[in-house]
Amino acid sequence: MGMTITEKILAKASGRDKVTPGENIWLNVDVLMTHDVCGPPTIGIWKKEFGEKAKIWDKEKLVIFPDHYIFTANKHANRNVDILRDFAKEYQVDNYYDVGTERYKGVCHIALAEEGYNLPGTVLFGTDSHTCTSGAFGMFATGVGNTDAAFILGTGKIWEKVPESMKFTFHGKLPEYLTAKDLILQILGDITTDGATYRAMEFDGEAVFDLSMNERMTLTNMAIEAGGMNGIIAADAVTEAYVKERSAKPFEIFNSDKEAKYFSKYEYNVNDLEPLVAKPHSPDNRDKVRNVQGTKLTKCYIGSCTGGKLTDFQLAAPILFLGQEVKVPTFVVPASTEIAKQLEIETYKGISLKQIFENAGCFIAQSSCAACLGGPDDTVGRSIDHDVVISTTNRNFPGRMGSKKSSVYLASPLTVAASAVTGVITDPRDML
Amino acid sequence: MEKIIMGKAFVLGNNIDTDQIIPAEHLVYSLTDEEESKKYGHFALSSVPINESGLPNGGIPFIEGDNYTSEFNIIIGGSNFGCGSSREHAPFALMKAGVKAVIAESYARIFYRNSVDGGFVVPYEAGKINDRIKTGDELEINLENNTLKNLTTGEQFNLKPLGDVLPIIENGGLFEYARKTGMISF
Repeated sequence: MGMTITEKILAKASGRDKVTPGENIWLNVDVLMTHDVCGPPTIGIWKKEFGEKAKIWDKEKLVIFPDHYIFTANKHANRNVDILRDFAKEYQVDNYYDVGTERYKGVCHIALAEEGYNLPGTVLFGTDSHTCTSGAFGMFATGVGNTDAAFILGTGKIWEKVPESMKFTFHGKLPEYLTAKDLILQILGDITTDGATYRAMEFDGEAVFDLSMNERMTLTNMAIEAGGMNGIIAADAVTEAYVKERSAKPFEIFNSDKEAKYFSKYEYNVNDLEPLVAKPHSPDNRDKVRNVQGTKLTKCYIGSCTGGKLTDFQLAAPILFLGQEVKVPTFVVPASTEIAKQLEIETYKGISLKQIFENAGCFIAQSSCAACLGGPDDTVGRSIDHDVVISTTNRNFPGRMGSKKSSVYLASPLTVAASAVTGVITDPRDML
Repeated sequence: MEKIIMGKAFVLGNNIDTDQIIPAEHLVYSLTDEEESKKYGHFALSSVPINESGLPNGGIPFIEGDNYTSEFNIIIGGSNFGCGSSREHAPFALMKAGVKAVIAESYARIFYRNSVDGGFVVPYEAGKINDRIKTGDELEINLENNTLKNLTTGEQFNLKPLGDVLPIIENGGLFEYARKTGMISF
């Protein structure tokens, strides 16, 4: 019987020829990633449990990105960054990207890609549910809590249940009014927020392999919104080109066998799909933009690991360029400092993307997770009171972006940009 | 591990995500400092919309006033309990509030793992029972025969055996389990 790409990677990482969905196996971890929210408690558990003998299993394989609560006066949040800094110093962790230095990167999932930690065929665990983002590189990547991370930190190993796989195939050429965000919102509406719990979500088809790595990461990023253990896209020439620019390390490309067994298969023709939103208060509360157009907004937000990548800004810029000025406060939050620099270099009709956003009246914030998850009171773009927000982020649970009374619509950067220039939810087809 | 867990029920609906269990703004507090970590108990379930807090009627805050713990120590949930972020602070917050066990129709993977590996709360699965128990009902969980008895109504439910993760729960978490089984030697 054949194996899926996820099964092949897990077999390799557990030193077996073959694994079967449902069995619990112990994996050798290639990279452990943590950040300022979960890093300090992970370190605390590691120290407590391993005691004086506490030793990092492999410093090369530990990566720490402070990214969640960075530009805040909150003393407890700043204390967490101090804990990471002290830890990195004490244990000589080279892969630490400190705040306030040239090394500061921003949102961990994007920084992992940019810094060359994402390698096809490898296994990455992170103390963040959106760690599944890295699966865009044909690797197994998933989120864990502090205890599991502390265990990995000391041993390099962790148990995992081999997931069944679900396959999502997108046929056709993606029309200009659709983005990867629309594709994943389509899936979420179809399978709901627990439709992939404990399973692998494998993305396939012409429309997927036509996507840039940035857009592929939008698909795998939101696998967790369906409860997925991991999202995965087989590595191809696009992946190899991206990886080789950023890493000299060896990697292995796996593909699913033709006779591999899937829990379920979904097939879509992208020409049948429309721009979508997830309405309050759940990422699976899908509707067509057309059905909610005209909904009055108080805030627009383009940012996060899901929707703050260079491609997201490249998609949004032409609409803001044409629409000239935003009608409601609009926040532009580049996920990483590299993307922030690219906004100054990349142009549309001879004008830098940064200039386009500034001309349109957007507020450009420093790279971090920012208001995607609310954060401390002084977090830029945080929802307040009865805000009605449209956002390129990943979750719209009650209170997720700050205020418990606010309502958040999730949408593509095209839809958010179109809505920013009108002040009401707007179908991007009316602007393109 | 206790063989019998007794306590009052706090009933919730489907898709109780980790932002509702412990809002992200509170994740800044220490989990190791005894005094500071009490705040996690205080803010547990504080973002559940009030009309859905304490079913069937809602309107019952899980934590009363300035308290750090709840009078309810068994959570009855629906499907996909604990979905969303990987924050281990979520089952930790429930534990700090005094919760001993959660019984839900199903769980999101990371919350389930965190509950087990961190040894915070016992995550039992059952069928859909959150429409058959009322907030405030007195419950008794028997971990030996995997049953739940509603002492208020007399009704009894079967719970899904904990299976592969039972030894980890019995040992109080992943580290103790790994020590007992010789996986780690410290």
